Amino acid sequence: MNQNLFNYTLQHADNCLILGQRLAEWCGHGPVLEQDIAMTNISLDLIGQCRMWYQYAASIQGEGKTEDEIVAFRDAWDYRNTLLVEQPNGDFAQTILRQFLFDTFSVNYYEILIDSNDDQLAAIGAKSHKEACYHVKWSGDWVIRLGDGTEESCDRMKAAMHELWPYSEELTKANETEKKAFEDGYGVDLLALKEKRDAKILEVLIEATLEVPKSTYMHKGGKDGIHTEHLGYILADLQFLQRAYPGLEW
Amino acid sequence: MASIKTISKKYVHDLLEQVTDPEIPVIAITDLGIVRDVLITDNFVEVIITSTYSGCPAMIEIEKNIHHVLKKEGIDKFKITTILSPAWTTEWITEKGNQRLKEYGIAPPNPTNPKNIECPQCGSKNTQLLSEFGSTACKSLRKCKDCLEPFDYFKCH
Repeated sequence: MNQNLFNYTLQHADNCLILGQRLAEWCGHGPVLEQDIAMTNISLDLIGQCRMWYQYAASIQGEGKTEDEIVAFRDAWDYRNTLLVEQPNGDFAQTILRQFLFDTFSVNYYEILIDSNDDQLAAIGAKSHKEACYHVKWSGDWVIRLGDGTEESCDRMKAAMHELWPYSEELTKANETEKKAFEDGYGVDLLALKEKRDAKILEVLIEATLEVPKSTYMHKGGKDGIHTEHLGYILADLQFLQRAYPGLEW
Repeated sequence: MASIKTISKKYVHDLLEQVTDPEIPVIAITDLGIVRDVLITDNFVEVIITSTYSGCPAMIEIEKNIHHVLKKEGIDKFKITTILSPAWTTEWITEKGNQRLKEYGIAPPNPTNPKNIECPQCGSKNTQLLSEFGSTACKSLRKCKDCLEPFDYFKCH
């Protein structure tokens, strides 16, 4: 088995799964019905995307495991998602900013992935890119609307920036797996991606009258299995049924 | 029940017209563009399908229904293969499919002028977007400013 390809695939699968799960927590709690539906729609897209990734991971691994088993029977330190996506929903501003930071990554990521020399990754890229385009439009519009909105909404966006900005860079900072994936021609050049993503973020922040926090400290570790405390709680929810009743189907 | 001799590509394709999208039951999967091909080798049938959006929950139901329809017609040797590439696009929805959507009250995708969507109820073009995301992943929610009714619009994808 190509261990690096497997790890690379898991990293992206885990990002989609964990953010999809976080957004699903909003179901029935959105600020207005339309936005409740928007968040659950995006959640559904992310869960669909993670399934393509996990199915591929399972086939690379070749041990006959299903996508569900890969999700249900790994512990937090085996998860490879970035720290950003496991951060709590907070208020609507925090959810929006977390989504925008992720969407600006994923829309550019998938666009480049279409040219991967791995056919399956290229196919996942082409399919997901279309969906990511809607997501970034939605989250970008909301960053502007809240940032350039009322005093209250602007304050909340500033607080969200303060909280989440230190998690923004991990997505584009290549770990060893991603470096090798790029060298081997199936992964994405994160340096090129970073340039495009940063430009988009800046463009939206300016329109939203928001500023990048002065501190340049950036958290990292998720891609290598070192997580914040939040991931364990997410997995407790997500994995409960299969842990309690392994192999259960309905 | 079909005898083995009668299994042709067209025959299977016609059978698949009986399978509809469970979330939009007026449109056949063949008109929705998700049936990509039917291959027949030595009377073994392979139906190749693709999902609309990656998370579309209707796919499981659609697969079951394809299974059911083929079995009912006595086709036992078959498999259903889901492919990812090329990615599904609304351009694959047939003219008939678009017509059925409209009759059902869903404005069909308008690739030439996505900002100018006609109300499926009264035909007015004076409509506005309420939300990019509607009752399913493939639709957005709009409102007609003349008849004041909300309606679904099938997004260009």
